[in-house]
Amino acid sequence: MISIEQLSKVYASKDHEVVGVDHVSLEVNKGEIFGIVGYSGAGKSTLLRCMNILERPTSGKVSIDGIDLLSLSAKELRTARQSIGMIFQGFHLAMAKTVQENVAFALKAAKVGRQERRKRAIELLDLVGLSDKADQYPAQLSGGQKQRVSIARALANNPKVLLCDEATSALDPNTTKSILQLLKKINRELGLTIVLITHEMEVVKEICDRCAVMEEGRIVEEGHTYDIFASPQSDLTKRFIQTVIDFNIPDQLLQEANGTVVHMKFTGGSAGESIVSDLLQNFKIRGNILHGKIDYIQDKPLGTFVMELTGEVQEIEKAIESLRTTVEEVEVLQHDGFADHPIARAE
Amino acid sequence: MMDSLITLLPELNKSFIETLIMVGIGLVVALIAGLPLGILLFVTDRDLFLENKTVKSTVGVIVNLIRSVPFIILLVFLFPFTNFLLGTTTGPVAASVALSVAAIPFYARIVESSARDIDRGVIEAAIACGASPWLIIKDIIFPEIKSGLISGLTITAISLIGYSAMAGAIGGGGIGDLAIRYGYYRYDNFVMFTTVILLIVMVQVVQYIGDFAAKSVKRS
Ligand SMILES: Nc1ncnc2c1ncn2[C@@H]1O[C@H](COP(=O)(O)OP(=O)(O)OP(=O)(O)O)[C@@H](O)[C@H]1O
Ligand SMILES: [Mg+2]
Repeated sequence: MISIEQLSKVYASKDHEVVGVDHVSLEVNKGEIFGIVGYSGAGKSTLLRCMNILERPTSGKVSIDGIDLLSLSAKELRTARQSIGMIFQGFHLAMAKTVQENVAFALKAAKVGRQERRKRAIELLDLVGLSDKADQYPAQLSGGQKQRVSIARALANNPKVLLCDEATSALDPNTTKSILQLLKKINRELGLTIVLITHEMEVVKEICDRCAVMEEGRIVEEGHTYDIFASPQSDLTKRFIQTVIDFNIPDQLLQEANGTVVHMKFTGGSAGESIVSDLLQNFKIRGNILHGKIDYIQDKPLGTFVMELTGEVQEIEKAIESLRTTVEEVEVLQHDGFADHPIARAE
Repeated sequence: MMDSLITLLPELNKSFIETLIMVGIGLVVALIAGLPLGILLFVTDRDLFLENKTVKSTVGVIVNLIRSVPFIILLVFLFPFTNFLLGTTTGPVAASVALSVAAIPFYARIVESSARDIDRGVIEAAIACGASPWLIIKDIIFPEIKSGLISGLTITAISLIGYSAMAGAIGGGGIGDLAIRYGYYRYDNFVMFTTVILLIVMVQVVQYIGDFAAKSVKRS
């Protein structure tokens, strides 16, 4: 649906250049929710804004639904933008217009007639659950309601794509959830392709089918959300994952643990508990669970366990060997009271 | 005292109307020419949707040039032009030529600066909707700055009342002319006080109406 090839955006000022996006290639499939995460300044907004040419790329190609956006005239580009909705962190509603007028504006941009505009605006407000606020002004709405209005405006011309720049970053956790649910609903019901930028991994975990991690203008990792969570490759991705799947074990507890501490991660089918009980039965060791958690990502379980194993060193080593064959990832955090991989612990 | 007021009344009346004509024409021209010019200054600015360095700096320089000439000099400087335009340089209509020329850049800058206060994001969102530049100006920028436009017009009107006194002094007529003729040349304090009071009342009324209008279009 969205195809980006070797896209770069360089901001040149008098004495230096800032590379916003650095040779990024990306495919977003039709009907998926694609997340882009990264720290501030990674180039997420710049990349997103290149997708509707709010920012003109320095080089590279952007096409949406087979249309090469960079080859269009100003007028053609305006028409193309009507099928690319966009929402922002700051909502960006016209304060002098009512909620309904804000939505109708997008229709006016597409030259929809007055009668039809009214009707469609009401339908859209209904879709986002704000039909009772049609005649209010944005200043009278809460953040979540404003974002709903901006979603209605973005959806006005039946776009194929919705671009979201930190759409929930200004909202509290509950409101964030409800907005994400709305986006998910739109994605499912209208078959809309959504690209969503965020610095919160929680958001990605909640609704993204696939995601990419950005740093310094480049995409460092990309894949299905579950895979990214289950087996992150880059350090940056790992750090992001840790913000959601956190197994922060107090140092004190680790120091007190006198056995071998292993961290294991298991995905999908393999049920954690049976693995643990098998382990304790098959080897002459004792186990003590320090941490256990199952996260559901895209409705698939991802388990994280941290156990302290005590017993004969050889038995423990054999047990770990066998673990490596049954679970996705095993990591020894500490051997017999000595830290092995201190970095592996979150923070 | 009552007597002097009654004898003064016809002259006062005439002067008042002349001032109204001068300020009125100046305001109308400011609105017709200054408003589009102000919008032009705004939308051709850096990173805006009709960004155009040449237009922006050319218009900017002209506006600054006119604004940096003291009004009384502008007035004299424009005499040949006024004469060419109207065949005369006296009377309130002739004076309103210079007033208009001064009012256009004055109001244009006010318009530009109120437009700058609009959240750029709102304009960006409109661009993302695929709106044309004209639609953005008409449907986003204009409504957002409506109340600023009215306050700006109020400020312009009050400045024009002040300028009109200068214009009056060199042949334009109006209240300023009256004050100078009686107060300055004849030491007639009564007339001078009356005109000053009249000017104060005029400014107050304009301010009051302006504030009221600006407030009533302001929503949210
Ligand atoms: N208009 C601009 N002029 C110059 N540099 C810019 C401009 N816009 C962005 N940049 C630079 O490009 C880089 C990427 O910025 P961008 O806004 O895309 O980051 P981001 O990932 O969206 O960050 P955030 O999470 O803070 O929104 C930054 O280094 C920024 O300073
Ligand atoms: Mg950003």
